[in-house]
Amino acid sequence: MTAPTAQNTGPSRRLAKGGLIDRSQPLEFDFDGRPLSGVAGDTLASALLANGVTLVGRSFKYHRPRGILTAGSEEPNALVELRSGARREPNTRATMVELYDRLSATSQNRWPSLEHDALSINRLAAPLFGAGFYYKTFMWPAALWERLYEPLIRRAAGLGRAADHEDPDRYEKATAHCDLLVIGAGPAGLMAALTAARSGARVILADEDFRLGGRLLSDAPEVDGAPAPLWVDRVLGELASFPDVTVMPRTTVFGVYDGGTYGAVERVSDHRAEPLPWQPRQRLWRIVARRSLLAAGAIERPIVFGGNDRPGVMMAGAMRAYANRFAVAAAREAVAVFANNDSAWSAARDLSRLGVRVAAVIDVRERVDPALTAPLAAAGARLMLGSRVIATSGKRLSVVEVLTGGKRETLKVDGLAMSGGWSPTVNLTCHLGSRPVWNDALSAFLPGSLPPGMTVAGAANGRFGLAACLADGAASATAALADLGFAVPSAALPRADDDPAGLIPFWHVAESKGAAFVDHQNDVTAKDIAIAHREGFRAVEHLKRYTTLGMATDQGKTANLTGLAIMSALTGKDIPETGTTMFRPPYSPVAIGAFGGSHRGKAFRPTRLTPTHGWATEHGAVFVETGPWLRAQYFPRPGERDWLETVNREVTAVRTGVGLCDVSTLGKIDIQGPDAATLLERVYINGWSGLEVGKARYGVMLREDGMVMDDGTTARLGPTHFVMTTTTANAVKVFQHLEHALQVLWPELDARIASVSDQWAQIAVAGPKARETLARIVDAPFDLGNAAFPYMAAAELTVLGGLRARLFRLSFSGELAYEIAVPARQGDRLVRALMDAGAPFGITPYGTEALGVLRIEKGHAAGNELNGQTTAHDLGLGRMMSGKKDFIGRVMSNRPGLRDPDRPALVGLRPLPPGARLRAGSHLIPVGQPTDAANDQGYLTSVAHSPTLGHAIGLALLAGGPRRIGERLRAVDPLRNEEVEVEVCNPVFVDPQGEKLRV
Amino acid sequence: MRIPCPYCGPRDAHEFTCLGDATLTRPDPAAPDAASAFHDYVYRRDNPAGPHRELWYHGGGCRSWLEVTRDTRTHAITDARFAADRSSAAQGTEDRP
Ligand SMILES: [Zn+2]
Repeated sequence: MTAPTAQNTGPSRRLAKGGLIDRSQPLEFDFDGRPLSGVAGDTLASALLANGVTLVGRSFKYHRPRGILTAGSEEPNALVELRSGARREPNTRATMVELYDRLSATSQNRWPSLEHDALSINRLAAPLFGAGFYYKTFMWPAALWERLYEPLIRRAAGLGRAADHEDPDRYEKATAHCDLLVIGAGPAGLMAALTAARSGARVILADEDFRLGGRLLSDAPEVDGAPAPLWVDRVLGELASFPDVTVMPRTTVFGVYDGGTYGAVERVSDHRAEPLPWQPRQRLWRIVARRSLLAAGAIERPIVFGGNDRPGVMMAGAMRAYANRFAVAAAREAVAVFANNDSAWSAARDLSRLGVRVAAVIDVRERVDPALTAPLAAAGARLMLGSRVIATSGKRLSVVEVLTGGKRETLKVDGLAMSGGWSPTVNLTCHLGSRPVWNDALSAFLPGSLPPGMTVAGAANGRFGLAACLADGAASATAALADLGFAVPSAALPRADDDPAGLIPFWHVAESKGAAFVDHQNDVTAKDIAIAHREGFRAVEHLKRYTTLGMATDQGKTANLTGLAIMSALTGKDIPETGTTMFRPPYSPVAIGAFGGSHRGKAFRPTRLTPTHGWATEHGAVFVETGPWLRAQYFPRPGERDWLETVNREVTAVRTGVGLCDVSTLGKIDIQGPDAATLLERVYINGWSGLEVGKARYGVMLREDGMVMDDGTTARLGPTHFVMTTTTANAVKVFQHLEHALQVLWPELDARIASVSDQWAQIAVAGPKARETLARIVDAPFDLGNAAFPYMAAAELTVLGGLRARLFRLSFSGELAYEIAVPARQGDRLVRALMDAGAPFGITPYGTEALGVLRIEKGHAAGNELNGQTTAHDLGLGRMMSGKKDFIGRVMSNRPGLRDPDRPALVGLRPLPPGARLRAGSHLIPVGQPTDAANDQGYLTSVAHSPTLGHAIGLALLAGGPRRIGERLRAVDPLRNEEVEVEVCNPVFVDPQGEKLRV
Repeated sequence: MRIPCPYCGPRDAHEFTCLGDATLTRPDPAAPDAASAFHDYVYRRDNPAGPHRELWYHGGGCRSWLEVTRDTRTHAITDARFAADRSSAAQGTEDRP
């Protein structure tokens, strides 16, 4: 439970008028359980500030009290847990949360309460947590890591808690195409979108904010002689009139990918307590754009001085935004401003105009344009030029200590606005690997080489003035569209002024007292950078990893450059020599759920159902997933005690009567053309040209490296027409393999293939009574007799009075058996007809378990043996290999290592103790030898209980293979600590002469 | 990444699977050095930094095997043609979405 934090509030700091908020729409919310109220148009951050809440969290390592530093997505400090229960979301930036009614937020990383945090003792132990702390302290003994160090660190350091229930919300994925994607809806972005829209291009304008306008909203300038928000509304109104223009607020373009593809996340419902019915929480967009225009603006950077993380210290631009856009005074009594540049003076002017008392403006520069200083001097602010802040104090800021004219002075203020200048938001320009380029005049990194199709405009391109941004947006869009062949109508630019943007580079107050923070989110101080320098971690990549600078969830948006600048001062090299700052996707954190979209749970991938699924369900089948398929595993009957009893019954029915099994999941490939037989000759190891029409043959195909790839039967339905079956698992792979053979290896072959796996329902009918069963559904005059339709025959015919069908006399079970195929939609009808036809013979449906037992009893290799490491020889199929032709894999299969007679090869195994059980995966060790790797001679690949033989049977890959028949070995299962003595035998356990299937 | 399939037009890379080097030719299995030639064909691959001709299969589309020229440093695709018709001029390489 959260203790009440009575001090963390105060009288309303909402300004009496102004702001882009709707005062008529109050919104109730709570923070740490305390009821508060804001208005529509607020962010959580602005609403907290309006309520006087300045302490919102504790820092990552030292548990220092932290407030709100920025007004945007770069926020490193004000991370809260939003919502509760299954919807609880940690590390949410309060500056990006659009306030909604009944919002509930909790501060994180504090105990027992935000106000009184027991672990803030970490501050006293700060030396322990400094740069390289983990590396130095926890080198050894390694055993203590898990037991002691890690739990300790995890308790002390950290951020929010993930929800511990399943996410109740839905997510979607969508794709959009456009001619021009405009990223950022500030002055440059709006002007670009308008220019593009007027030329008739398909435009997408995306901005992470819920209200578009960027700094036009927070800086309150005039455009065309009127307040900027009016111009923004006019532009948005015009954009809405174009059918091919899509404006996407609340949408962060977070990544740039190859081929003009952009990733974006649209926060569809995050501004509501929960999504509306049928609405996703978020939508992940893949935007394919012929051109893009990055107008992402710039991020203000802090100055590093003692106590620059104290609640009450804020970026100057943010304080300006809270006043102008949200009508909130970030301080109650008075603010001081500390800067190295002109923009902070404009911020101070705005604050002063709006009635916030500016006590002092402290600038490191000796001279500042009197046009900037005069209005503040007139408003009673002290001008402290050539000065710097060296320390702050108070749990919440109450005193600022300034070094001015060689003397230290203290100022009593409860707000301090700082500005170290602006860094263009070049993040997205780096996503394909290019590095930004240092610009000395601006003291900033500008975009380097750009992703193909991208241009950069406005502040993101180092053009900070408003008039410059508007002009740059229009010009950049015009150039991109002209490139695409659009005629862009010329239009006058709106009238606006450029704010002064003078600056001298200044990063770090050397005379600082107390911890001076570079990276607020990861608690990296100027001292940590000095330690990294002293210990030799000077390259920027080493610096990052040693100190964790820039490696928090904000990717160091406010920290990287200052860290680099401090290292540069220590090494005496200039900034570009010291390194650059690189950024990777995502620009800001994206919920994993959004990447998953609707693909979760059963929707992770489609479930494929066999044509007889409905019928099998009626018959109580237990289903099993085999790849994407759901197949009947077995069909239990009332009174059966376990699956084994069921499977034994099903196997026995096939061996003594008749059974049926849906085998539609096998891959089926139609092959046609004059060269169809030649194709088969080249992909199968055995011969095909001699196969008569109306006959099927078993075939094995290899990979080019000589290993077995797949097996199956192929039937010749006509002189130039074959139908191939593949294993269920390899259906797609074999199809692709055949396409490769036809298109890449031998394009001269005149043959074409088509997958018909989904077109045919195929049912195996197996057992001594199979012929009699089928006879009852086959249309006259088709002759099923052994002479007319012998083993391996294939035919096209009709059944059930005119239903088109294919019949193959194939046997996987070793019994008299057929596979019958009908168009897939008729599969249900066919299975019911077969059940009726076989009823007099006790026809029994069987599933994949019985199928497996039947094939192990017959020693047929399947998935466990076709494991990509076995050759045809290993599987006892070597004699099938034709010596009269070349085929894929032939040359490589003759490598000496693959023809080594000591290679593991397929054998059967039976346990010697009667009733003993075999375990798949058991290793085969000679009797009397120690159980170790040196004596490991193979392993069991498949095991089953054979109801036909009444004992366990197994298939194994054993060194030396069939020549060891009769030997005794130990089958050892070290996982279960079991061992059983076995005898090596022929893998064909039932009917080794193959007589039953020919009757 | 987007691949300009000569049959389907520019399509997302998710629809394709890559088999790698397209410059390899299956050796003559009857040649006296077939064993070593096949060894190289199956196992040896260059790993160039720069333009690379590679085979892509449009399994999620027209099922064509394509020969795609891709710069391994930038993923820029400068050519895509049917593997079955390697002499054909590149078509559809215009990056129209
Ligand atoms: Zn295609």
